[in-house]
Amino acid sequence: MPLLKLEGVSRDFDVSRPWLNRVLEHEPRRMLRAVDQVTLGIDKGETVGLVGESGCGKSTVARLIVGLYAPSEGRIEFSGRRLQMIFQDPYASLNPRWRVQDIVAEPIRFLGTGQKVEELLVQVGLSPDDGEKYPHEFSGGQRQRISIARALAGEPDFLVCDEPTSALDVSVQAQILNLMSDLQRRLGLTYLFISHNLAVVSQVADRVGVMYLGRIVELAPAAQLFSHPRHPYTRMLLDAVPDLGMSGRPRTPVRGEVPNPLAPPAGCTFHPRCPHANERCGREVPAFIDGVACHAVAEGRI
Amino acid sequence: MMLEVRDLRVEFPTRRGTLTALDRISFSIAPGEVLGVVGESGAGKSITGLAIIGLLEPPGRIAAGEVRLEGRRIDHLPPEELRRLRGRRIGVIFQDPLTSLNPLYTIGRQLEETILAHLPMGKRAARERALALLGEVGIPAPAGRYRHYPHQFSGGMRQRVVIALALAAEPRLLIADEPTTALDVSIQAQIIALLKRLAAERGAAVMLITHDMGVIAETAHRVAVMYAGRIVEVGSVRDVIHAPQHPYTVGLMGSIPRIAARRSHLVQIDGAMPRLNAIPPGCAFHPRCTRRFERCLVERPDLMPAGASRAACWLHAAS
Repeated sequence: MPLLKLEGVSRDFDVSRPWLNRVLEHEPRRMLRAVDQVTLGIDKGETVGLVGESGCGKSTVARLIVGLYAPSEGRIEFSGRRLQMIFQDPYASLNPRWRVQDIVAEPIRFLGTGQKVEELLVQVGLSPDDGEKYPHEFSGGQRQRISIARALAGEPDFLVCDEPTSALDVSVQAQILNLMSDLQRRLGLTYLFISHNLAVVSQVADRVGVMYLGRIVELAPAAQLFSHPRHPYTRMLLDAVPDLGMSGRPRTPVRGEVPNPLAPPAGCTFHPRCPHANERCGREVPAFIDGVACHAVAEGRI
Repeated sequence: MMLEVRDLRVEFPTRRGTLTALDRISFSIAPGEVLGVVGESGAGKSITGLAIIGLLEPPGRIAAGEVRLEGRRIDHLPPEELRRLRGRRIGVIFQDPLTSLNPLYTIGRQLEETILAHLPMGKRAARERALALLGEVGIPAPAGRYRHYPHQFSGGMRQRVVIALALAAEPRLLIADEPTTALDVSIQAQIIALLKRLAAERGAAVMLITHDMGVIAETAHRVAVMYAGRIVEVGSVRDVIHAPQHPYTVGLMGSIPRIAARRSHLVQIDGAMPRLNAIPPGCAFHPRCTRRFERCLVERPDLMPAGASRAACWLHAAS
C-alpha cells in the first residue's frame, strides 16, 4: 500500500475572459486542463522525481497533493501522518516581519507537536542563535534551510518539494541536496521532488515521472529512465541537457516548442514534435502501459 | 585580439565606504572565440559585462584598468560615442528578452530602426536585411511574423528576436548575459546551437556570461571562473572542467549534479561567497578553502600557470 496514491487526478482552471466580454463578443468559457489523468503511487521512504518544462503541470500536481487545489476529477489518498511543502522561492515563502524562531515555531503551536525550535535549527545546519534573527539577515541557501526546519516542525513523514533548489547557486544547491538526503535517511522521510533540472532529479530520485502538457508520459526507476529513456519526449529532454562531460555523443536536435495548453494537439499531445509520430498518434491518446504512454513504444516501432 | 580587458577595477562608492566589485580583472577574446564567464551570484560576472559596454549603474564606476576593442581604448569614451559603439560594434543580449524589446513596436520596426541607425542603407534594404536576420536566427516564416509585437512571441522566439537585434549591425563583439537562463531546457539547446553557429560563421568575439557550467561546456572555447569580483581560474573549457586547478573550481565542479553519475553526496563547499563589504584579505576564497596556508591569509595571488590553465592560487606558485 503506497503512502500516497493519485488515481486519475485531473485539474481544470477556468481561464475565460470576464463575463461581459464573453457576452458581448460571444465567446465561450475557456478551460485549461493543467493536470490530466495523473495516476501515481509513492511508497514510504522513497523519492519520486517529477520533471518537465514550464507549464507541464508539475507544480499543479504538488499543489493538488498538499490540498492547495482540489482535484476536478480523480482521487488522492494519503495514508501517512502529515504532509508538508517546501517552495521554490525562499524569499517569498518566509514572513519578513517574523523572527526565525516564530516562523519555525508556527507549526509547533498550530499542530501541538513536541519539536524544539533550537533542535530543528541545528538539524538543518543553522545555529540555535539564528532564531533571534529575521529572514533578510540570511542568504538564499540559509533561508531554504529555515523553510526545511519549518516543514520538519510539523513532524511530517511526506515532503512535497517544488523546485527547492532552483533559485540557488550550484554550490548552495549541493549543500541543500545533501541536507535533504541526510534528513531523509535520519527521519525516514518520503519526498516528491519536483524540478525542471534533470541532473538534480537524477541525483535525488529513486523513481522519475516525466510530464508533458499535464500528463505523465513516462514513469520509471531513475537509473533506467536516465540510461534507457523510452518515450520520445524523455529522449529529447535528455538530449537537450548540456553535456558537462563534453563527450561529443551524437544527439538529436530539439524540434519546436511546447504547444499552447489552451489548444493542445489532438491524440498524443507530443505528436507534432515527435520524430516517430504517425497517423494514429495524431488521432488517439496513447494509454499509459507499462510505464510509458506512447503508441510507437507500444507498437514496438522504437 | 578583439577584446582586451586589463586590470579592470570597478568601485561603488557608498556612504559606508567604497565597495570594490571587480578587482584586477584581465582577459581577452579573439575573433571567432567564445569566452565563457562563469560564477555564482555576486561574483561580478554581469558587472564585468556592464563595465565593458559602459552601462554601469551609477555610482558604479571604472576606477582603474582599461578596455580595448580591436586595439582602441573604449573605457573612457564619452557616453554619446559609447552609445554609438553599442549596437554597431558591440551587440548585447540580456537574460530577459522583454527588457530588450519595446512592447509598443512591432519586431520588424525595431529591427529596421536598429539597422537604419547603424548601417548606411535605405529603408527597403533594411527591411530585407531584417527579414534575413529573422530567418537566420530561426524564426519560422519571418515575413508573416514581421508585423507582430513582442507579446505575440513565446519566450524562446523572443530571445531569437533579441539575438537578431544584437546582430543587426554586424557587431564584432557579442556580450550575452545569461541568454538561456529564463528558457526551458529544450529551447536552451536551440539557442546555444544558434549562438555557436553565429560565432563561428561571423567571426565575432562572444563573451558568454552564465552561472551554468553545462552551457559553457556546450558553447565556449575558454572559460574564466569568477569569485568575489576576481578571476580565480582561466583556461580551455576542457581543461577547466576535467582538471580544475583552483580549489574553488574543484569544489564548484564537484557540486554540480550530473546525469548518470549519481553520488551518495555532492561535493560541498561550506560557507558562502563573501559580501562586497567583507572581502577577506589575501585570497578571497581562503576562509572556505580546505587547502589554505599562511600565505593565502595575507597575500593576494594573481593568475599564474597551473596545469594547462592559469589559476590565482598559491598552491601553484613555483617555490
